[in-house]
Amino acid sequence: MTEQPLLSARGLSLSFGAISALAGVDIDLWPGEILAIVGESGSGKSTLLNVLSGLARPQAGTVLYRTPDGQTLDVHAMPAPVLRTLQRSDWGFVHQDPRRGLRMNISAGGNVGERLMAQGARNYGAIRAKALDWLTQVEIDPARIDDLPRTFSGGMAQRLQIARTLVTEPRLVFMDEPTGGLDVSVQARLLDLIRSLAARLGVAVVLVTHDLAVARLLGHRIAVMRLGRVVETGLTDQVLDDPRHPYTQLLVSSVLQV
Amino acid sequence: MKGYNFAYLDEQTKRMIRRALLKAVAVPGHQVPFGSREMPLPYGWGTGGIQVTASILGPDDRLKVIDQGADDTTNAVSIRHFFARTAGVATTTRTEEATVIQTRHRIPETALNEDQIIVYQVPQPEPLFRLEPSRIESKRMHGLADYGLMHVKLYEDVSRFGQISISYDYPVMVHDRYLMSPSPIPAFDNPKMDRMPALQLFGAGREKRIYAIPPWTSVRSLDFDDHPFRPINASAPCGLCGSVTSYKDEVITDDRGGRMFVCSDTDHCERRRAEGTGHD
Repeated sequence: MTEQPLLSARGLSLSFGAISALAGVDIDLWPGEILAIVGESGSGKSTLLNVLSGLARPQAGTVLYRTPDGQTLDVHAMPAPVLRTLQRSDWGFVHQDPRRGLRMNISAGGNVGERLMAQGARNYGAIRAKALDWLTQVEIDPARIDDLPRTFSGGMAQRLQIARTLVTEPRLVFMDEPTGGLDVSVQARLLDLIRSLAARLGVAVVLVTHDLAVARLLGHRIAVMRLGRVVETGLTDQVLDDPRHPYTQLLVSSVLQV
Repeated sequence: MKGYNFAYLDEQTKRMIRRALLKAVAVPGHQVPFGSREMPLPYGWGTGGIQVTASILGPDDRLKVIDQGADDTTNAVSIRHFFARTAGVATTTRTEEATVIQTRHRIPETALNEDQIIVYQVPQPEPLFRLEPSRIESKRMHGLADYGLMHVKLYEDVSRFGQISISYDYPVMVHDRYLMSPSPIPAFDNPKMDRMPALQLFGAGREKRIYAIPPWTSVRSLDFDDHPFRPINASAPCGLCGSVTSYKDEVITDDRGGRMFVCSDTDHCERRRAEGTGHD
Protein backbone atom coordinates (compact mmCIF):
# COMPACT_ATOMS: atom_id res chain seq x y z
CA MET A 1 0.00 0.00 0.00
CA THR A 2 1.46 3.31 -1.03
CA GLU A 3 -0.72 5.33 1.33
CA GLN A 4 0.53 5.81 4.84
CA PRO A 5 -1.56 4.98 7.89
CA LEU A 6 -3.66 7.72 9.49
CA LEU A 7 -3.11 6.39 12.95
CA SER A 8 -0.36 4.04 13.89
CA ALA A 9 0.22 2.53 17.32
CA ARG A 10 3.26 0.53 18.36
CA GLY A 11 3.92 -1.47 21.51
CA LEU A 12 1.10 0.00 23.61
CA SER A 13 1.17 -1.26 27.18
CA LEU A 14 -0.90 -0.23 30.15
CA SER A 15 -1.62 -2.12 33.33
CA PHE A 16 -3.83 -1.24 36.24
CA GLY A 17 -1.93 -2.71 39.17
CA ALA A 18 -1.53 -6.42 38.50
CA ILE A 19 -4.09 -6.36 35.69
CA SER A 20 -2.57 -5.91 32.28
CA ALA A 21 -5.15 -4.09 30.14
CA LEU A 22 -2.85 -3.64 27.15
CA ALA A 23 0.27 -5.69 26.51
CA GLY A 24 2.25 -4.68 23.46
CA VAL A 25 -0.56 -3.73 21.08
CA ASP A 26 0.27 -2.69 17.50
CA ILE A 27 -2.54 -1.16 15.43
CA ASP A 28 -2.62 0.65 12.08
CA LEU A 29 -5.58 2.53 10.67
CA TRP A 30 -5.70 3.81 7.10
CA PRO A 31 -7.71 6.84 5.92
CA GLY A 32 -11.38 6.07 5.33
CA GLU A 33 -11.15 2.67 6.87
CA ILE A 34 -13.44 1.19 9.54
CA LEU A 35 -11.49 -0.97 11.95
CA ALA A 36 -13.57 -3.08 14.31
CA ILE A 37 -11.97 -4.14 17.57
CA VAL A 38 -13.75 -7.12 19.05
CA GLY A 39 -13.24 -9.21 22.13
CA GLU A 40 -14.97 -10.12 25.34
CA SER A 41 -15.48 -7.82 28.31
CA GLY A 42 -12.20 -7.01 30.02
CA SER A 43 -10.08 -7.78 27.00
CA GLY A 44 -8.78 -4.20 26.87
CA LYS A 45 -10.90 -2.88 23.97
CA SER A 46 -12.11 0.27 25.66
CA THR A 47 -8.71 0.94 27.23
CA LEU A 48 -7.17 0.68 23.76
CA LEU A 49 -9.71 3.19 22.44
CA ASN A 50 -8.95 5.62 25.27
CA VAL A 51 -5.21 5.32 24.69
CA LEU A 52 -5.54 5.76 20.91
CA SER A 53 -7.70 8.87 21.33
CA GLY A 54 -5.41 10.46 23.90
CA LEU A 55 -7.89 10.18 26.77
CA ALA A 56 -5.57 7.81 28.64
CA ARG A 57 -1.76 7.60 28.68
CA PRO A 58 -0.01 4.31 27.99
CA GLN A 59 2.90 3.19 30.17
CA ALA A 60 4.84 2.21 27.08
CA GLY A 61 4.45 2.60 23.33
CA THR A 62 3.54 5.41 20.96
CA VAL A 63 0.51 6.50 18.95
CA LEU A 64 1.33 8.47 15.80
CA TYR A 65 -1.27 10.50 13.91
CA ARG A 66 -0.78 11.92 10.42
CA THR A 67 -2.33 15.35 9.91
CA PRO A 68 -3.90 16.36 6.58
CA ASP A 69 -0.74 18.32 5.68
CA GLY A 70 1.41 15.22 6.10
CA GLN A 71 2.90 15.93 9.51
CA THR A 72 3.26 13.07 11.97
CA LEU A 73 2.26 13.88 15.53
CA ASP A 74 2.88 11.78 18.63
CA VAL A 75 -0.51 11.78 20.36
CA HIS A 76 0.93 11.44 23.85
CA ALA A 77 3.82 13.85 23.38
CA MET A 78 1.97 16.75 21.77
CA PRO A 79 1.09 19.80 23.86
CA ALA A 80 -2.35 19.76 25.50
CA PRO A 81 -3.77 22.63 23.37
CA VAL A 82 -2.88 20.79 20.14
CA LEU A 83 -4.48 17.59 21.41
CA ARG A 84 -7.60 19.47 22.48
CA THR A 85 -7.82 21.11 19.05
CA LEU A 86 -7.51 17.72 17.37
CA GLN A 87 -10.14 16.20 19.65
CA ARG A 88 -12.66 18.90 18.85
CA SER A 89 -12.07 19.22 15.12
CA ASP A 90 -10.24 16.40 13.31
CA TRP A 91 -11.37 13.70 15.70
CA GLY A 92 -14.60 12.60 17.26
CA PHE A 93 -15.58 10.27 20.06
CA VAL A 94 -18.91 8.48 20.27
CA HIS A 95 -19.59 7.01 23.69
CA GLN A 96 -21.66 3.94 24.41
CA ASP A 97 -23.86 5.97 26.75
CA PRO A 98 -25.14 9.08 24.92
CA ARG A 99 -25.40 10.82 28.29
CA ARG A 100 -21.61 10.87 28.45
CA GLY A 101 -21.25 12.39 25.02
CA LEU A 102 -24.15 14.84 25.12
CA ARG A 103 -24.98 17.79 27.33
CA MET A 104 -28.33 16.72 28.68
CA ASN A 105 -29.45 20.20 29.80
CA ILE A 106 -28.68 21.83 26.44
CA SER A 107 -31.07 21.60 23.47
CA ALA A 108 -30.37 19.25 20.55
CA GLY A 109 -29.36 22.21 18.37
CA GLY A 110 -26.94 23.48 21.00
CA ASN A 111 -25.41 20.04 21.29
CA VAL A 112 -24.81 19.82 17.56
CA GLY A 113 -23.54 23.42 17.43
CA GLU A 114 -21.07 23.16 20.31
CA ARG A 115 -18.17 21.83 18.25
CA LEU A 116 -18.80 24.45 15.56
CA MET A 117 -18.75 27.23 18.14
CA ALA A 118 -15.65 25.76 19.79
CA GLN A 119 -14.01 26.09 16.37
CA GLY A 120 -14.97 29.74 16.18
CA ALA A 121 -18.31 29.74 14.34
CA ARG A 122 -20.01 32.97 15.40
CA ASN A 123 -23.00 33.24 13.10
CA TYR A 124 -26.16 32.03 14.81
CA GLY A 125 -28.11 31.53 11.60
CA ALA A 126 -25.35 29.44 10.02
CA ILE A 127 -24.92 27.32 13.15
CA ARG A 128 -28.63 26.68 13.34
CA ALA A 129 -28.90 25.81 9.65
CA LYS A 130 -26.07 23.33 10.01
CA ALA A 131 -27.67 21.81 13.13
CA LEU A 132 -30.97 21.39 11.25
CA ASP A 133 -29.15 19.80 8.34
CA TRP A 134 -27.41 17.32 10.61
CA LEU A 135 -30.56 16.43 12.52
CA THR A 136 -32.13 15.55 9.17
CA GLN A 137 -29.09 13.51 8.19
CA VAL A 138 -29.34 11.39 11.32
CA GLU A 139 -33.12 11.06 10.86
CA ILE A 140 -34.21 13.19 13.80
CA ASP A 141 -37.30 15.33 13.22
CA PRO A 142 -35.95 18.90 12.73
CA ALA A 143 -38.91 20.19 14.73
CA ARG A 144 -37.18 18.80 17.82
CA ILE A 145 -34.13 21.04 17.46
CA ASP A 146 -34.99 22.96 20.64
CA ASP A 147 -35.87 19.91 22.74
CA LEU A 148 -33.58 18.63 25.45
CA PRO A 149 -31.85 15.30 24.79
CA ARG A 150 -33.31 13.89 27.98
CA THR A 151 -36.69 13.81 26.23
CA PHE A 152 -35.18 11.67 23.45
CA SER A 153 -35.34 7.88 23.23
CA GLY A 154 -32.09 5.94 23.54
CA GLY A 155 -31.73 5.47 19.79
CA MET A 156 -32.46 9.13 19.05
CA ALA A 157 -29.99 10.30 21.68
CA GLN A 158 -27.34 8.06 20.14
CA ARG A 159 -28.07 9.48 16.67
CA LEU A 160 -27.85 12.98 18.13
CA GLN A 161 -24.46 12.12 19.58
CA ILE A 162 -23.34 10.99 16.14
CA ALA A 163 -24.61 14.22 14.56
CA ARG A 164 -22.79 16.26 17.23
CA THR A 165 -19.57 14.37 16.50
CA LEU A 166 -19.73 14.42 12.71
CA VAL A 167 -20.82 18.06 12.31
CA THR A 168 -17.21 19.23 12.04
CA GLU A 169 -16.55 16.49 9.45
CA PRO A 170 -13.74 14.81 11.37
CA ARG A 171 -11.25 12.50 9.65
CA LEU A 172 -11.18 10.02 12.48
CA VAL A 173 -13.92 8.90 14.84
CA PHE A 174 -13.60 6.61 17.83
CA MET A 175 -16.75 4.70 18.67
CA ASP A 176 -17.18 2.76 21.88
CA GLU A 177 -20.04 0.24 21.50
CA PRO A 178 -22.27 2.76 19.69
CA THR A 179 -25.14 0.28 19.50
CA GLY A 180 -24.85 -1.10 23.03
CA GLY A 181 -28.04 -0.98 25.05
CA LEU A 182 -30.34 -0.45 22.05
CA ASP A 183 -32.97 -2.91 20.90
CA VAL A 184 -32.37 -4.86 17.73
CA SER A 185 -34.46 -2.89 15.23
CA VAL A 186 -33.09 0.44 16.48
CA GLN A 187 -29.60 -1.05 16.30
CA ALA A 188 -30.12 -2.05 12.70
CA ARG A 189 -31.19 1.48 11.68
CA LEU A 190 -28.29 3.01 13.56
CA LEU A 191 -25.79 0.65 11.94
CA ASP A 192 -27.19 1.48 8.54
CA LEU A 193 -26.85 5.18 9.33
CA ILE A 194 -23.26 4.89 10.56
CA ARG A 195 -22.31 2.87 7.50
CA SER A 196 -23.78 5.32 5.01
CA LEU A 197 -22.41 8.40 6.77
CA ALA A 198 -18.94 6.90 7.11
CA ALA A 199 -18.93 5.95 3.44
CA ARG A 200 -20.14 9.36 2.32
CA LEU A 201 -17.79 11.41 4.49
CA GLY A 202 -14.87 9.03 4.00
CA VAL A 203 -14.19 9.13 7.71
CA ALA A 204 -11.92 6.56 9.35
CA VAL A 205 -13.49 4.82 12.32
CA VAL A 206 -12.07 2.79 15.18
CA LEU A 207 -15.08 0.86 16.38
CA VAL A 208 -15.05 -1.10 19.61
CA THR A 209 -17.74 -3.72 19.92
CA HIS A 210 -18.37 -7.09 21.50
CA ASP A 211 -20.98 -7.85 18.86
CA LEU A 212 -19.54 -9.77 15.92
CA ALA A 213 -22.59 -8.93 13.80
CA VAL A 214 -21.84 -5.21 14.19
CA ALA A 215 -18.23 -5.84 13.28
CA ARG A 216 -19.31 -7.83 10.22
CA LEU A 217 -21.68 -5.12 9.04
CA LEU A 218 -19.46 -2.11 9.56
CA GLY A 219 -15.88 -3.24 9.72
CA HIS A 220 -13.53 -3.35 6.77
CA ARG A 221 -10.89 -4.88 8.96
CA ILE A 222 -11.12 -6.53 12.33
CA ALA A 223 -8.78 -6.93 15.27
CA VAL A 224 -9.55 -9.59 17.86
CA MET A 225 -8.37 -8.81 21.37
CA ARG A 226 -7.88 -11.07 24.31
CA LEU A 227 -6.27 -10.29 27.67
CA GLY A 228 -4.76 -7.06 26.39
CA ARG A 229 -3.26 -8.51 23.23
CA VAL A 230 -4.36 -8.46 19.61
CA VAL A 231 -4.51 -12.16 18.78
CA GLU A 232 -5.67 -11.89 15.17
CA THR A 233 -6.18 -9.15 12.59
CA GLY A 234 -7.34 -9.24 9.00
CA LEU A 235 -10.16 -8.43 6.64
CA THR A 236 -13.47 -8.84 8.43
CA ASP A 237 -14.90 -11.56 6.24
CA GLN A 238 -11.63 -13.45 6.25
CA VAL A 239 -11.32 -13.44 10.02
CA LEU A 240 -14.95 -14.23 10.72
CA ASP A 241 -15.34 -16.91 8.04
CA ASP A 242 -11.98 -18.54 8.52
CA PRO A 243 -10.74 -17.80 12.03
CA ARG A 244 -7.25 -19.05 12.67
CA HIS A 245 -6.56 -18.30 16.29
CA PRO A 246 -8.28 -20.71 18.71
CA TYR A 247 -9.80 -17.80 20.62
CA THR A 248 -11.30 -16.29 17.47
CA GLN A 249 -12.68 -19.70 16.59
CA LEU A 250 -14.29 -19.88 20.03
CA LEU A 251 -15.67 -16.36 19.68
CA VAL A 252 -17.16 -17.02 16.23
CA SER A 253 -18.69 -20.31 17.30
CA SER A 254 -20.24 -18.69 20.37
CA VAL A 255 -22.55 -16.51 18.32
CA LEU A 256 -26.13 -17.63 18.69
CA GLN A 257 -27.79 -18.58 15.44
CA VAL A 258 -31.41 -17.61 15.11
CA MET B 1 -7.99 54.25 64.55
CA LYS B 2 -6.11 53.03 67.64
CA GLY B 3 -5.43 49.32 67.88
CA TYR B 4 -5.76 48.72 64.13
CA ASN B 5 -3.19 48.79 61.37
CA PHE B 6 -3.70 51.36 58.60
CA ALA B 7 -6.73 50.25 56.54
CA TYR B 8 -7.50 47.35 58.91
CA LEU B 9 -5.44 44.57 57.23
CA ASP B 10 -1.96 43.74 58.55
CA GLU B 11 0.99 44.58 56.29
CA GLN B 12 1.84 40.92 55.52
CA THR B 13 -1.67 40.29 54.20
CA LYS B 14 -1.53 43.44 52.10
CA ARG B 15 1.76 42.30 50.58
CA MET B 16 0.21 38.93 49.74
CA ILE B 17 -2.76 40.62 48.09
CA ARG B 18 -0.51 43.06 46.20
CA ARG B 19 1.50 40.13 44.83
CA ALA B 20 -1.76 38.58 43.59
CA LEU B 21 -2.77 41.95 42.10
CA LEU B 22 0.53 42.29 40.23
CA LYS B 23 0.10 38.84 38.77
CA ALA B 24 -3.52 39.62 37.86
CA VAL B 25 -2.49 42.81 36.05
CA ALA B 26 0.24 40.91 34.21
CA VAL B 27 -2.26 38.30 32.93
CA PRO B 28 -5.41 40.34 32.14
CA GLY B 29 -8.63 38.49 32.95
CA HIS B 30 -6.91 35.52 34.57
CA GLN B 31 -8.18 34.55 38.03
CA VAL B 32 -5.38 34.52 40.60
CA PRO B 33 -6.00 32.69 43.89
CA PHE B 34 -5.24 34.57 47.11
CA GLY B 35 -5.54 33.92 50.83
CA SER B 36 -8.79 35.72 51.52
CA ARG B 37 -9.10 36.86 55.17
CA GLU B 38 -11.99 37.05 57.58
CA MET B 39 -13.34 40.57 57.37
CA PRO B 40 -15.69 42.31 59.78
CA LEU B 41 -18.60 41.86 57.37
CA PRO B 42 -20.23 38.74 55.94
CA TYR B 43 -19.25 37.04 52.68
CA GLY B 44 -21.31 38.45 49.87
CA TRP B 45 -21.18 41.99 51.25
CA GLY B 46 -17.95 42.86 49.51
CA THR B 47 -15.18 41.10 51.44
CA GLY B 48 -13.16 40.66 48.25
CA GLY B 49 -13.46 44.27 47.16
CA ILE B 50 -12.74 45.58 50.66
CA GLN B 51 -9.51 43.54 50.88
CA VAL B 52 -8.32 44.80 47.50
CA THR B 53 -9.16 48.38 48.49
CA ALA B 54 -7.36 47.97 51.83
CA SER B 55 -4.23 46.75 50.03
CA ILE B 56 -4.02 49.59 47.51
CA LEU B 57 -5.15 52.47 49.72
CA GLY B 58 -2.58 55.12 50.71
CA PRO B 59 -2.99 58.02 53.17
CA ASP B 60 -3.40 60.51 50.29
CA ASP B 61 -6.16 58.59 48.52
CA ARG B 62 -9.71 59.77 48.25
CA LEU B 63 -12.25 56.96 48.34
CA LYS B 64 -15.69 56.65 46.78
CA VAL B 65 -17.88 53.61 47.45
CA ILE B 66 -21.00 52.82 45.45
CA ASP B 67 -23.55 50.07 45.71
CA GLN B 68 -25.91 49.64 42.72
CA GLY B 69 -24.69 53.04 41.58
CA ALA B 70 -25.75 54.76 44.79
CA ASP B 71 -23.48 56.42 47.36
CA ASP B 72 -26.12 56.35 50.10
CA THR B 73 -27.09 52.67 50.39
CA THR B 74 -26.21 50.57 53.44
CA ASN B 75 -23.30 48.70 51.89
CA ALA B 76 -21.75 51.84 50.39
CA VAL B 77 -22.15 53.91 53.55
CA SER B 78 -20.73 51.27 55.87
CA ILE B 79 -17.70 50.43 53.70
CA ARG B 80 -16.92 54.13 53.20
CA HIS B 81 -17.24 54.66 56.96
CA PHE B 82 -15.06 51.61 57.61
CA PHE B 83 -12.15 53.05 55.63
CA ALA B 84 -12.67 56.57 56.97
CA ARG B 85 -12.24 55.12 60.47
CA THR B 86 -9.52 52.50 59.91
CA ALA B 87 -7.40 54.39 57.37
CA GLY B 88 -8.41 57.95 58.01
CA VAL B 89 -8.57 58.58 54.26
CA ALA B 90 -10.70 61.29 52.73
CA THR B 91 -13.96 60.13 51.16
CA THR B 92 -16.11 61.58 48.46
CA THR B 93 -19.24 60.86 46.50
CA ARG B 94 -18.04 62.70 43.41
CA THR B 95 -16.67 60.35 40.79
CA GLU B 96 -14.01 62.64 39.31
CA GLU B 97 -12.60 63.56 42.75
CA ALA B 98 -12.02 59.96 43.82
CA THR B 99 -8.69 58.17 43.31
CA VAL B 100 -10.08 54.79 44.36
CA ILE B 101 -13.67 53.72 43.66
CA GLN B 102 -15.02 50.54 45.19
CA THR B 103 -18.18 49.38 43.48
CA ARG B 104 -20.86 46.77 43.57
CA HIS B 105 -23.03 46.23 40.46
CA ARG B 106 -22.25 49.46 38.57
CA ILE B 107 -19.62 51.53 36.78
CA PRO B 108 -20.11 55.31 37.31
CA GLU B 109 -21.60 57.27 34.42
CA THR B 110 -18.76 59.81 34.56
CA ALA B 111 -15.88 58.46 32.49
CA LEU B 112 -12.90 57.41 34.63
CA ASN B 113 -9.37 58.66 33.98
CA GLU B 114 -5.84 57.27 34.16
CA ASP B 115 -5.28 58.38 37.76
CA GLN B 116 -8.16 56.32 39.09
CA ILE B 117 -8.56 52.71 40.17
CA ILE B 118 -11.93 51.00 40.24
CA VAL B 119 -12.36 47.97 42.54
CA TYR B 120 -15.26 45.60 41.86
CA GLN B 121 -16.88 43.35 44.43
CA VAL B 122 -17.32 39.93 42.83
CA PRO B 123 -19.59 37.19 44.16
CA GLN B 124 -18.74 34.53 41.53
CA PRO B 125 -15.53 35.04 39.54
CA GLU B 126 -15.93 31.95 37.35
CA PRO B 127 -17.88 32.78 34.15
CA LEU B 128 -18.23 29.06 33.37
CA PHE B 129 -19.91 28.43 36.71
CA ARG B 130 -23.33 26.75 36.12
CA LEU B 131 -22.16 25.62 32.68
CA GLU B 132 -19.29 23.33 33.63
CA PRO B 133 -19.76 21.59 36.98
CA SER B 134 -16.09 20.61 37.38
CA ARG B 135 -13.75 23.34 38.58
CA ILE B 136 -10.76 21.37 37.28
CA GLU B 137 -12.32 21.18 33.83
CA SER B 138 -13.16 24.89 33.78
CA LYS B 139 -9.55 25.70 34.74
CA ARG B 140 -8.43 23.52 31.85
CA MET B 141 -10.86 25.30 29.52
CA HIS B 142 -9.35 28.65 30.53
CA GLY B 143 -5.86 27.24 30.03
CA LEU B 144 -6.68 26.05 26.52
CA ALA B 145 -8.95 29.02 25.68
CA ASP B 146 -11.67 26.46 24.95
CA TYR B 147 -14.77 28.63 25.29
CA GLY B 148 -17.24 26.92 22.93
CA LEU B 149 -19.44 26.10 25.91
CA MET B 150 -20.03 29.76 26.74
CA HIS B 151 -21.28 30.30 23.20
CA VAL B 152 -23.56 27.29 23.58
CA LYS B 153 -25.23 29.18 26.44
CA LEU B 154 -25.69 32.21 24.15
CA TYR B 155 -27.02 29.91 21.40
CA GLU B 156 -29.55 28.47 23.84
CA ASP B 157 -30.68 31.98 24.76
CA VAL B 158 -31.24 33.00 21.14
CA SER B 159 -33.05 29.78 20.24
CA ARG B 160 -35.29 30.04 23.30
CA PHE B 161 -35.92 33.78 23.61
CA GLY B 162 -34.94 35.11 20.19
CA GLN B 163 -32.14 37.17 21.75
CA ILE B 164 -29.28 36.89 24.20
CA SER B 165 -31.12 37.26 27.49
CA ILE B 166 -28.21 37.91 29.86
CA SER B 167 -28.90 41.33 31.39
CA TYR B 168 -26.12 41.46 34.00
CA ASP B 169 -22.80 39.68 34.59
CA TYR B 170 -22.56 39.47 30.80
CA PRO B 171 -19.42 37.43 29.91
CA VAL B 172 -16.53 39.25 28.23
CA MET B 173 -13.29 38.31 26.50
CA VAL B 174 -10.35 40.24 27.92
CA HIS B 175 -7.42 41.01 25.62
CA ASP B 176 -8.83 38.35 23.23
CA ARG B 177 -7.61 35.65 25.55
CA TYR B 178 -9.44 35.08 28.83
CA LEU B 179 -13.17 34.72 29.30
CA MET B 180 -14.08 36.85 32.32
CA SER B 181 -17.04 37.63 34.50
CA PRO B 182 -17.40 41.43 34.72
CA SER B 183 -19.08 40.95 38.16
CA PRO B 184 -22.85 41.53 38.27
CA ILE B 185 -22.76 44.93 36.55
CA PRO B 186 -25.56 45.47 34.01
CA ALA B 187 -24.67 44.57 30.42
CA PHE B 188 -25.24 48.29 29.81
CA ASP B 189 -21.92 48.99 31.57
CA ASN B 190 -19.88 46.42 29.62
CA PRO B 191 -18.82 48.86 26.84
CA LYS B 192 -17.34 51.15 29.52
CA MET B 193 -14.81 48.46 30.41
CA ASP B 194 -13.37 48.36 26.90
CA ARG B 195 -10.15 50.36 26.71
CA MET B 196 -10.94 52.11 30.00
CA PRO B 197 -8.14 54.51 31.06
CA ALA B 198 -8.49 53.49 34.72
CA LEU B 199 -7.09 50.30 36.25
CA GLN B 200 -9.86 47.78 37.00
CA LEU B 201 -9.39 45.34 39.90
CA PHE B 202 -11.78 42.55 40.89
CA GLY B 203 -11.89 40.86 44.30
CA ALA B 204 -13.93 37.77 45.18
CA GLY B 205 -13.62 37.18 48.93
CA ARG B 206 -15.57 33.98 49.38
CA GLU B 207 -14.18 32.39 46.21
CA LYS B 208 -10.66 33.69 47.05
CA ARG B 209 -9.86 35.00 43.58
CA ILE B 210 -8.44 38.27 42.28
CA TYR B 211 -8.36 39.38 38.65
CA ALA B 212 -7.68 42.61 36.83
CA ILE B 213 -7.91 44.57 33.59
CA PRO B 214 -4.98 46.94 33.02
CA PRO B 215 -5.74 50.38 31.55
CA TRP B 216 -6.50 50.54 27.82
CA THR B 217 -7.14 46.79 27.49
CA SER B 218 -9.67 45.49 25.01
CA VAL B 219 -12.79 43.99 26.63
CA ARG B 220 -15.27 42.44 24.21
CA SER B 221 -18.77 41.23 25.11
CA LEU B 222 -19.49 37.82 23.59
CA ASP B 223 -22.10 37.71 20.85
CA PHE B 224 -23.01 36.33 17.44
CA ASP B 225 -22.39 38.09 14.13
CA ASP B 226 -26.11 38.08 13.41
CA HIS B 227 -27.16 38.72 17.04
CA PRO B 228 -24.77 41.45 18.13
CA PHE B 229 -24.35 42.52 21.75
CA ARG B 230 -26.78 45.25 22.76
CA PRO B 231 -26.75 47.04 26.07
CA ILE B 232 -30.20 47.10 27.65
CA ASN B 233 -31.62 50.17 29.38
CA ALA B 234 -35.04 51.50 30.27
CA SER B 235 -36.38 53.64 27.46
CA ALA B 236 -37.96 56.20 29.82
CA PRO B 237 -35.89 59.25 30.87
CA CYS B 238 -34.86 59.69 34.52
CA GLY B 239 -37.83 60.98 36.54
CA LEU B 240 -35.57 63.31 38.53
CA CYS B 241 -32.93 64.69 36.16
CA GLY B 242 -34.37 63.76 32.78
CA SER B 243 -31.29 61.91 31.56
CA VAL B 244 -31.92 59.39 28.80
CA THR B 245 -28.33 58.16 28.47
CA SER B 246 -27.70 57.00 32.04
CA TYR B 247 -28.69 53.61 33.41
CA LYS B 248 -32.05 53.65 35.19
CA ASP B 249 -33.59 51.75 38.09
CA GLU B 250 -37.33 51.33 38.36
CA VAL B 251 -38.58 52.58 41.72
CA ILE B 252 -42.00 51.91 43.20
CA THR B 253 -43.27 55.13 44.73
CA ASP B 254 -46.52 54.14 46.45
CA ASP B 255 -48.79 51.12 46.94
CA ARG B 256 -51.18 52.12 44.16
CA GLY B 257 -48.97 51.09 41.27
CA GLY B 258 -47.04 54.37 41.04
CA ARG B 259 -43.53 53.92 39.70
CA MET B 260 -40.77 55.94 38.11
CA PHE B 261 -37.42 55.43 36.47
CA VAL B 262 -34.47 57.16 38.13
CA CYS B 263 -30.71 57.19 37.47
CA SER B 264 -28.99 54.40 39.34
CA ASP B 265 -25.87 56.61 39.61
CA THR B 266 -26.91 59.03 42.37
CA ASP B 267 -23.83 61.25 41.97
CA HIS B 268 -24.53 61.71 38.26
CA CYS B 269 -28.22 62.45 38.90
CA GLU B 270 -27.60 64.94 41.73
CA ARG B 271 -25.01 66.79 39.69
CA ARG B 272 -27.35 67.13 36.74
CA ARG B 273 -30.11 68.45 38.97
CA ALA B 274 -27.75 70.91 40.71
CA GLU B 275 -26.54 72.17 37.34
CA GLY B 276 -30.10 72.40 36.17
CA THR B 277 -29.27 70.41 33.07
CA GLY B 278 -32.49 69.77 31.23
CA HIS B 279 -33.45 66.78 29.21
CA ASP B 280 -30.50 65.49 27.20
